[in-house]
Amino acid sequence: MTSGGFLQQLQTGLWKDNPGLVQLLGLCPLLAVTTTLVNGFGLGIATLLVLAMSNALVSATRRWIKPEIRIPIYVLIIASLVTCIELIFKAWFPMLDRSLGIFIPLIVTNCAIVARAEVFASRNTIGVSIADGIGMGAGFAMLLMAIGAFREFVGQASILSRLDLITGGEPFNGFSFADSGLLLAILPPGAFFSLALAVVLKNYMDQRRRNSRGAFASRGLRRPHQ
Amino acid sequence: MEFVRREAPYLESKADVATMMLQVLVALIPAACAHVWYFGPGLLFNLIVATVFCAGGEALMMRARGRAPETALSDYSVLVTAALLAFALPSLTPWWVTATGSLFAVVVAKHLYGGLGFNIFNPAMVGYVVILIAFPMELNLWVAPRMGDIDYVGLSILQTINYTLTGTLPDALTFDAVSRATPLDAMQSGLRGMRTYAEIRTNPMMGDFGGRGWEWIGNFFAIGGFWLLVKKIIRWQIPTGVFAGLLIPAGLMYIIAPGSNASPGFHLFSGATILCAFFIATDPVSAATSPRGRFVYGFGIGFLIFVIRKWGSYADGVAFAVILMNMATPAIDYLTRPHIVGHPRRGDRP
Repeated sequence: MTSGGFLQQLQTGLWKDNPGLVQLLGLCPLLAVTTTLVNGFGLGIATLLVLAMSNALVSATRRWIKPEIRIPIYVLIIASLVTCIELIFKAWFPMLDRSLGIFIPLIVTNCAIVARAEVFASRNTIGVSIADGIGMGAGFAMLLMAIGAFREFVGQASILSRLDLITGGEPFNGFSFADSGLLLAILPPGAFFSLALAVVLKNYMDQRRRNSRGAFASRGLRRPHQ
Repeated sequence: MEFVRREAPYLESKADVATMMLQVLVALIPAACAHVWYFGPGLLFNLIVATVFCAGGEALMMRARGRAPETALSDYSVLVTAALLAFALPSLTPWWVTATGSLFAVVVAKHLYGGLGFNIFNPAMVGYVVILIAFPMELNLWVAPRMGDIDYVGLSILQTINYTLTGTLPDALTFDAVSRATPLDAMQSGLRGMRTYAEIRTNPMMGDFGGRGWEWIGNFFAIGGFWLLVKKIIRWQIPTGVFAGLLIPAGLMYIIAPGSNASPGFHLFSGATILCAFFIATDPVSAATSPRGRFVYGFGIGFLIFVIRKWGSYADGVAFAVILMNMATPAIDYLTRPHIVGHPRRGDRP
């Protein structure tokens, strides 16, 4: 596992090894919650916080965790962190908490978090692990927000609806562009299509970038080390 | 003198994909005429819109895949997709709904899976399900069939074109005046409203077996279907399987509780049963291919149609049933491989 600088960790999590786009982990909340940008933002931030802190705690205690029982201990650590986050949400953003419902407690079962604890935090120092947690969490949150914005825009023809869940105040129905959108995008199949489109877009952009590098591309050949 | 030497097979079948698809299209003509007679000219406009967008989508996708569009367009399979989609839609459908379904059918369900021969799902049914979920309002507007004793309000050709293009009715007419519940809708909501089957049958829109108009369109589908059977374009196993899978459970339920279940005749002559059995389920790409497998595949579709009609939230379930059984096709083909002469049967000791 690489352990470069903070910026490199961030880049890995945000793009190169994005938990949602590349590892395809944590798809249950990703597909279920992303009906609006605000919902995606809420769950993304919660996951980001849990991921950064769980990586830090797992990395700090990695000397004393026996390998035979490591997974239950990871789950205990993650579950207590999720409980903290859930209580914070309930205290400060009660409306957002109600809108996200069961998916805040369900962060415990987000496999992206256990995966980072297992493959990264249990083998690296605290600083690098926190950087990895922030990078991966930010990558996941960005994807949630992107898919949420896309589905909201296509499905409801609006953007930033229910922003009041975060800011408080009067109910705000977003900047809307039309009376109604393509209902399919809001429904569960729309989530799968949006994720698939996002993965396609990422692979396409990576391929474009690879091809534009070097003269091999002009002759339709692959570079020897890809 | 030169002797002509040939390898086996000596008798070659002249059938190719284009001829097959054209024969399927010809077989749909009687039902199309009946549909236009009973439900007005809307079908023709749906057919035009679906054909334009299906063919356009196919040409674009072939170009995007770096191939010549003519190779795919010349096998006419895209026309069959467009025709099946148009038959599935209500006769009054705004063009953007039809276009969404057509593009989805051809671009996603056909070409993203690899084009004709590689699509695991029936493209027309995928397109139909997508618009059924995305535009539930628009797909609910079935006009009343042309029959003497229902207060029938027909739309003229111009009014139909206007609705297809803009999605609005003439000022004097409302949706309530033009549209009717389909027989399956009426049956489902009636039975759930604790009315008996005999009571619901007294509604003037019910015909001899199914709904008025609907049952005759079904008969014309059957004429085309039998012609395809005679021409050996389709095999008998799939239609038989569909009818058996639908009518056996429907008959059993009707014998047990005739008040709270529709009769098998109603199931057979309502909705898209006959269209499905002869034209949709027999799609050579996405259906099972072994002889026994074809029957199992058809039976599964028929049974799922019955389950969805009886307990589902949609009044008809042909599209869902076909897509679900498409998923099961590889397993069915694997489990029903024909016995090869000379090889031990399963269970034989080696």
